[in-house]
Amino acid sequence: MTDRKSPWGKGDDAHGEGDTPPQDGTPGEENAPDRDPPAQRPGSDGPKKPEGPRNPWLPPAGEPRRPPSIEDIFRARTGKGGGNGGGTGNGGNPLLGGRGPNLRLPPRPDGKSWWPLGIAAVVLLWLGGSTMHRLAPQEQGVVTTFGAYSRTLGPGVSFTLPWPIQSVETRDVTSIQRETIPEGDGERLMLTGDQNLVNLNYLVRWNIKDLKLYTFQLADPDQTVREVAEAAMRAAIAEVGFNDAMGTGRATVEQNVRDRMQRVLDAYRSGVKIQGVEITKIDPPAKVVDAFKEVLAAQQKAQGDVNEAQGWAQKKLAAAQGEAAAFDKVYEQYKLAPEVTKRRMYYETMERVLGQNDKVIVEAPGTVPYLPLPAMRQTPPPAETRQGGQR
Amino acid sequence: MPAFLSINQRIAAGAIALLVLLMMCVIVVPETQQVVIVRLGQPVRVVNRFAPNADFGRTGAGLVWRVPFFEQAVRIDRRVLDVDMERQQVTSLDQRRLEVDAYARFRVIDPIKMYETAGTVDRVAQQLQPILNSVLRQELGKRTFASLLTPERGQAMARIREGLDREAREYGAQVIDVRIKRADLPDGTPLESAFARMATARAQEAATIAAQGQKNAQIIRAQAEAEAARIYAESFGKDPDFYDFYRAMQSYDYTFTQKDGTTSIILSPDNRYLQRFKGD
Repeated sequence: MTDRKSPWGKGDDAHGEGDTPPQDGTPGEENAPDRDPPAQRPGSDGPKKPEGPRNPWLPPAGEPRRPPSIEDIFRARTGKGGGNGGGTGNGGNPLLGGRGPNLRLPPRPDGKSWWPLGIAAVVLLWLGGSTMHRLAPQEQGVVTTFGAYSRTLGPGVSFTLPWPIQSVETRDVTSIQRETIPEGDGERLMLTGDQNLVNLNYLVRWNIKDLKLYTFQLADPDQTVREVAEAAMRAAIAEVGFNDAMGTGRATVEQNVRDRMQRVLDAYRSGVKIQGVEITKIDPPAKVVDAFKEVLAAQQKAQGDVNEAQGWAQKKLAAAQGEAAAFDKVYEQYKLAPEVTKRRMYYETMERVLGQNDKVIVEAPGTVPYLPLPAMRQTPPPAETRQGGQR
Repeated sequence: MPAFLSINQRIAAGAIALLVLLMMCVIVVPETQQVVIVRLGQPVRVVNRFAPNADFGRTGAGLVWRVPFFEQAVRIDRRVLDVDMERQQVTSLDQRRLEVDAYARFRVIDPIKMYETAGTVDRVAQQLQPILNSVLRQELGKRTFASLLTPERGQAMARIREGLDREAREYGAQVIDVRIKRADLPDGTPLESAFARMATARAQEAATIAAQGQKNAQIIRAQAEAEAARIYAESFGKDPDFYDFYRAMQSYDYTFTQKDGTTSIILSPDNRYLQRFKGD
């Protein structure tokens, strides 16, 4: 049904209007709205035109065929009034010739076409783009001739045959690629040799050793590097104990992984060189971290105990040494005058002792002293004079 | 040919037609592919077949002739390809479960055989995957859990590779390498019990360390005490009598001259200190 609205649909039969209803087999009333647009057009602009759709390829009945004028274009836009005759006529005309001039560039000043120049420019671009190659210092390029490897380009400017014959694929070969494994922050547990688990993150640095092999040998070299790294790391971790992995064995593991990876990748002839493997983080699993902290605390405490004992021991020794030295000094003097020194020391000590305490001297053997005897508290004058006298 | 074409246009049209014909006779084989030429459904020859020692540039890659319409080119990857295994649980000889993730690397070495048996490289990979699974399961099931965590694993992998390679040859492929990417304890009880074991091991370690610390501290104190005793003995032993006197004096001093000393001392006139009290 929609066909019939199109001016193209009925181009072949000039008086298609009459044929359509039987062809479609639709009742007349339904057809009526379809025929409305053409019916209205003549209604507005004139009885001179025949009713119904006309063949757009043929000039309208009343008008001779003519190139479209600017008015026609405007009339087509506005679509009212004059659109009727020109409307359908122009519907065909822009495609036939009306739009033709717009596609064409204005001729060159000397009247020749632009086409040769355009073609020349395209050819130049093609040759320039596909024969000259400028490679940055860290790049290399693989040249293939109809798919077959022919040579490797170094940095600088080089020339090859143009595109369909030779093509060049350049790649950065000296810059180091970094692969962090695993990606993201998730916990990645690995089994150690003593069946413990560690959470391990590591970094692989690699670059391309042989671009030719790298390009042609492996289906997915980057993915291969990752997988080989993963396999090598797990194998290496599985060969060391937990404590080694966490502590001293780290450097060994890194070296081990690097060697393994290089061996495997060389066996694949991948053209990849492993520059280094670094364990960036190695932790006990999150669920047992507390137990590990307790070990640390115990270590601290043990060290603290030892330190404290050592301090005590130092003090003890120093005291012993000091006391012994003091005794030695006094003894040296004592030996020179034993009796006097001994007396002196005795009296001095007694002075200090009795000087600060309450003293009761019981003269008669039968006297019973009252204790305490505060009234008798007094400093004996003889003691003081003696003290003074002796010094 | 329509009459309105000029002679130049005729030449151009002829050249284009010739070029098209030529292009149909020629196929480009890149280094990364090997091509089976199939003539009316029958594979007849292989271009750029993989050869272990052929250097790139000396292989059969490049332009290759073929008869258009009669011969079709089936392109097959020549590179090292991979088969990734689904994660699966494997039971070791000692009935412990292990979650294993492995990969195999293979290459098509007999493209005609591969074309006849599998058709495409992807299908080869699909066929190899279950084989890899079962070979892996079999081989790891023969070993104890602990031995999978040792260099012995390398031997297991070599045998898995052999097993898989035997099967892969049927598809014209060669297995280069099989590796275990991951071998983990499965989630749930095995993992939890491993954590528990680790935690208790740590607790034990902590207790040991603490006890060691206390022991060491005690030894250090005892040593110091012994040393001090030696020093004292060496010094005081020179004159035990005088030491007795000397130490007694110190002791009296210490005992009776406390700041808050309210000791009452009752002295008998016979006391040595008061010997002179009588004025003799």
